[in-house]
Amino acid sequence: MAARTEQDVVRIETRWALAMCGVVLVILAAILYASLRIHVNPPSNVELIDPKTLHLSDEFTEANLGTRVGPDGAIVARIVATQFEFVPRCVVLPAGRRVTLRFASPDVIHGILVSGTNVNTMVVPGYVSQVHTEFQKTGDLLMPCHEYCGLGHSQMLATVRVVPADRFKPDADGRVSCEQR
Amino acid sequence: MNSARRLALANFWVAFAAFGIAAVLGVWQMWARSPWQAPLHTPSNYFLSVTAHGVSMAYVLSTFFIMGFGYVVAETALKRPVPGIRWGWIAFWMATAGVLIADLAIFSGNASVLYTFYPPMTASVWFYIGLVLVVAGSWIWCVQMLVAMAQWKRANPGQPVPLAMFATVANAVLWLWTTVGVAAELLFQIIPMALGLVETIDVGLSRTLFSWTLHAIVYFWLIPAYIAFYTMAPQAAGGRLFSDTMGRLSFVLFLIYSLPVGLHHLFMDPEHAAGFKFLQSFLTILVTVPTLLTVFTISASMEIAGRMRGGKGWFGWIRALPWERPMVLATGLSFFMLWFGGGGGLINMSYGMNAMVHNTSWVTAHFHLIYGGTVVLMYFAIAYEVWPALTGRRFASNKPLRQQLWWWTIGMMVMTLPWHYLGLEGQWRRVAQFDYSDPHIAEWGPWVLVSLAGGVLLLLSALRFIVNLLSLHWRAPGEAPPPLEFARPAHEVTQVPAVLNGFSLWNLLVLILMAAAYGFPIGHALVERAPAAIVHRMGG
Repeated sequence: MAARTEQDVVRIETRWALAMCGVVLVILAAILYASLRIHVNPPSNVELIDPKTLHLSDEFTEANLGTRVGPDGAIVARIVATQFEFVPRCVVLPAGRRVTLRFASPDVIHGILVSGTNVNTMVVPGYVSQVHTEFQKTGDLLMPCHEYCGLGHSQMLATVRVVPADRFKPDADGRVSCEQR
Repeated sequence: MNSARRLALANFWVAFAAFGIAAVLGVWQMWARSPWQAPLHTPSNYFLSVTAHGVSMAYVLSTFFIMGFGYVVAETALKRPVPGIRWGWIAFWMATAGVLIADLAIFSGNASVLYTFYPPMTASVWFYIGLVLVVAGSWIWCVQMLVAMAQWKRANPGQPVPLAMFATVANAVLWLWTTVGVAAELLFQIIPMALGLVETIDVGLSRTLFSWTLHAIVYFWLIPAYIAFYTMAPQAAGGRLFSDTMGRLSFVLFLIYSLPVGLHHLFMDPEHAAGFKFLQSFLTILVTVPTLLTVFTISASMEIAGRMRGGKGWFGWIRALPWERPMVLATGLSFFMLWFGGGGGLINMSYGMNAMVHNTSWVTAHFHLIYGGTVVLMYFAIAYEVWPALTGRRFASNKPLRQQLWWWTIGMMVMTLPWHYLGLEGQWRRVAQFDYSDPHIAEWGPWVLVSLAGGVLLLLSALRFIVNLLSLHWRAPGEAPPPLEFARPAHEVTQVPAVLNGFSLWNLLVLILMAAAYGFPIGHALVERAPAAIVHRMGG
């Protein structure tokens, strides 16, 4: 198509712009579908917690950390991310079941991902970060701190041990840890 | 040499000196993360180096280059003296002093907080003061650009502002808006913390304020590349710009949509709810539109040039283009990298999909490909285009220039393709070293070494670039180079709608969009104060 006059140019450009708006709408529709129908949403629970008194809080006291099955059957792993380690360093979770990971930081910004999965969140002091997931494969997965948190950042690593659902055996308190067999 | 040109050269050389140093540091960092033992490798040296690399590339190279290029455009496109040259020198020395102060803090090991700060970690206050001086210097430049355009409009009532200058002023306006977020974070939160006036900081708020700046700053870096696409590449190819109006519209769209989108850097953060994350994800998709318009307009402009040179058929015009000219070659290579970098960017901004790649090497690959690749390659091409005019000397041959551009492109692709792959494999960012005895991490080793090879090629290209520029200063002046000219549109524009000849309406729109996108996230953080974190001081 030749553009002999400025009007031709404008017409061609407008046609292209409309086509591109169409492309953008398709992308937007895909994102909306993923969000509303298959629940692919970023972790966004705005839940406050005081980093200065984290260790005295009900939820993130040392005795309450790690994996625990609640009375209602909900499986929750609570982990503190602190310079330069995770407490606990290893958590056990069952494959094929919906689990919740909850993180808090008493000091600086951290972040986590679990290798081979879409589990990913920042851990910002002042807030509880929460991720829901269902692990598909069993084995030991890496859970590094993925946000710069100081000179020891590179050493900050934890393990997520995903076990078959029939080998996930909580004790009388509903607890499961990497140490128990 | 007139004073605007001397001022431009001074700015360019600070930019490129920082670039050269940062390129060396970048390769060392990749070596440190590889399975091979690097010299001087300690975590403190590594994070010092990452901080210096980020500050030099993201703040010094970009800001000084943009200021230098702005003076060249203002003088060449408006054909008038640049107003307030003395202010320009004040801006230059202020910003240069800022760089030296910040670098002293970094290299003394007291500022290893990376260029994105990460409070409650706290660097020496001199680090932040240095960066504030750089930004304050650039604000003076913004005012100079605004005044230059206003003076020209007064002298040429009703005339369309030349596209190159219109875009430069769009960038100055964008930068004034962009820096509001980081300035608020530094002045109200971080500097009081670094001075010891407060012992705690609201981290969620500081991340939100920084996000205001964090995305639009990338468009501040990018706009000079787009100015070159629209006004220099068609000229170098011997053709015309397909559509002047589309150029204006694209720059206006960049101004509007690059600002209310910063929360997409915080998709994985706990301090914002899903609604505002989704809203800003939606606005982020819209910022792809000006890029997609540009790809079309520039391809059409190049087609005009190719056909004017005798190219026939559907693709014959591509072969007919003068690829031996650095600006034409760079535009082609830059578009090639934009294809990969832009595609990766679409994935990053896709709301839920971001979880797959957030804080992995994928993201590092994305912004190196877009900024280091697409944009910095055009900085090289712009430098090659303006250096003869600035020094009054011609390049003896374009061959070394073309080689340098090819090395840079190949190096960038070889470096970033493995990073994308490693990111999908879960390789995380910002670590000084990997434990290659872990079997999962050991599999990454060979790909890390491939990317290191790309990095070495980038370093060679960076050094070659500096030598190419220096060679022109050292040459004996011969035949005077042709004057610098910007591309004319295919159909001469005699008048443009007033809204596309100024920024009042667009500023109002930015204000409305920013209020919609950031009003609640910031307002909420100010009203419902989150528990603050205790300050952590780095270094002595």
